[in-house]
Amino acid sequence: MGAISLRGIEKTYGRAPRANKVIHGVSAEIADGEFVVIVGPSGCGKSTLLRMVAGLEEISGGEIEIGGRVVNDLEPAERDIAMVFQNYALYPHMSVFDNMAYGLRIRRIPSEEIRARVDKAAAILELAPFLKRKPRELSGGQRQRVAMGRAIVREPQVFLFDEPLSNLDAKLRAQTRLEIQKLHGELRTTSLFVTHDQVEAMTLAERMIVMNAGRMEQMGTPDEVYHRPATTFVAGFIGSPPMNLLRGRAEGLGFTAGGQLLPLPAVAPREGDLVMGIRPEHVEIGNDLSAAAWPLRVQALEMLGAERLVYGVLGDTLFIARLDATMPYPKAGDIVSIHAAPAHLHWFDAATTARVGA
Amino acid sequence: MIERRPFLNVVRHAALVVAVALILFPVYVAFVASTLSFDEVLHVPMQLWPGGHLLENYADVMAHGSAKGSSAPVGRMMINSLIMALVIAIGKIAISIISAFAIVYFRFPFRQTVFWMIFITLMLPVEVRILPTYQVAADLGLIDTYAGLTMPLIASATATFLFRQFFLTIPDEYAEAARIDGAGPLRFFKDVVLPLSRTNIAALFVIMFIYGWNQYLWPLLVTTQESMYTTVIGIKRMIPGGDAAAEWHLVMATAILAMLPPAVVVLLMQKWFVKGLVDTEK
Repeated sequence: MGAISLRGIEKTYGRAPRANKVIHGVSAEIADGEFVVIVGPSGCGKSTLLRMVAGLEEISGGEIEIGGRVVNDLEPAERDIAMVFQNYALYPHMSVFDNMAYGLRIRRIPSEEIRARVDKAAAILELAPFLKRKPRELSGGQRQRVAMGRAIVREPQVFLFDEPLSNLDAKLRAQTRLEIQKLHGELRTTSLFVTHDQVEAMTLAERMIVMNAGRMEQMGTPDEVYHRPATTFVAGFIGSPPMNLLRGRAEGLGFTAGGQLLPLPAVAPREGDLVMGIRPEHVEIGNDLSAAAWPLRVQALEMLGAERLVYGVLGDTLFIARLDATMPYPKAGDIVSIHAAPAHLHWFDAATTARVGA
Repeated sequence: MIERRPFLNVVRHAALVVAVALILFPVYVAFVASTLSFDEVLHVPMQLWPGGHLLENYADVMAHGSAKGSSAPVGRMMINSLIMALVIAIGKIAISIISAFAIVYFRFPFRQTVFWMIFITLMLPVEVRILPTYQVAADLGLIDTYAGLTMPLIASATATFLFRQFFLTIPDEYAEAARIDGAGPLRFFKDVVLPLSRTNIAALFVIMFIYGWNQYLWPLLVTTQESMYTTVIGIKRMIPGGDAAAEWHLVMATAILAMLPPAVVVLLMQKWFVKGLVDTEK
């Protein structure tokens, strides 16, 4: 019912000679009831994409279908969607109740039903005591909930969230994340959620779309995106600290990166120019300085409580390893050996940046 | 001031008292003059304490005007002035808020051109364009009508400009949220933009009411019959030319009456007025 289908979506600002293309053909199928997060660095076009689904931006190319209906030429109000804005966009002169009821009143829904729907949403969101207040008399978290309430009462096919948590402090953000998850479990409304925060993306998404420079880099479950990143961009963007990426040349059981020959535990999927990726938590540190080991010159350490980050240089590339805080650790200036299991090595084509092999 | 210097405090207060006295003294003289009889007011030097003819003088001007100058009743003039000030203030606000809404929220061809054309008319106050305006008003048969008194003064670049600046500070998200809620442009105007502009409207009303009330040159040109005089014109016409002595006590009574309505408007709308000039509710 509330499935969304994006087919070759393009967005161009300006006209022919000075046209500025910001979205280059994004295609994705989002199933009914799915919670999909669009994540990417700022300026990657994720908000523009969401606003095109909402109908606030014109679609320059391609087709958007919501619930089996092509909506390209429909007004936002006719698309059966509801949107939560980053700054909430609550009408400042209306009470919480009126803010939530406004869209329903315009649709000429009988006032008893409006009352019933708003009361129900207020109960779910614990807003019942605040219905008569004005937005400025509420805290940031409460305003955020009113903005969600305004979306819920509409009972739309699709919820659109445009970075709704970025104006909250860290603690409240974590709490609201859980609430959104719980809410989605109850309502099962198809949701598109835009964020630049990978933690939000990983925790909320059933599937996520990683975008970069107007292109979709990968779409998949958080597990897939984390464990099998499709490109070097995804590998470097998801995960904190990011994946170590070494550019070099694979030949047999060796990988030459920055003038340093690194022996490989297993052959690379292909010979030639490749980028090798290893997540910091998959790096093991030892003292075996034989020819089979990779020497890491330790430069700095960071103690984060449960874990310790080791910053060093491998060949000429900065390299990060993450150790459990209980493990023995080197000092700055030490040279230690590092290695990783073959299953934890990711390979990417150096030219296209696409993943190579399994 | 954070410093505590008793001597400077005294100086500061003295300066303020002198400044206030400078401004209030002429008003006080006008009031005293309006309570005297004809003979008392012509006596040199004029006394500086109120006389006993207050009610008599005011009743006189309200009903008959001055015997030596214009004899138009001031009551009628007050009504004319009130109509003129109200129509100008309300008309200016209505027209400029609508044009500002169009300029800010609609994307039509030559939008910027239209805005700049309105803006440029800021450089053409009534006095500059008075002859052509008079010609047009005369050709349209608007001499000695309320339409003639008010219409040429209604178009307002200042108010349009101020509303435009205010609308630009309203976050775009309100308009977008309203679009998603299904509110059309007029609904959005009525339900969101107007309520948010309340304090600005109040502030502009006060300014425009006083502007309309104090108009002098235009009513002077466009009215010829006594029944269409405004109060400000009336004061001037009460002073006879030549050697005849003006009835200063009646002129001053009219002047005091002319000062009252703007003062009342400012007092009544003070709270909103200050709010509109100082803060925005967002």
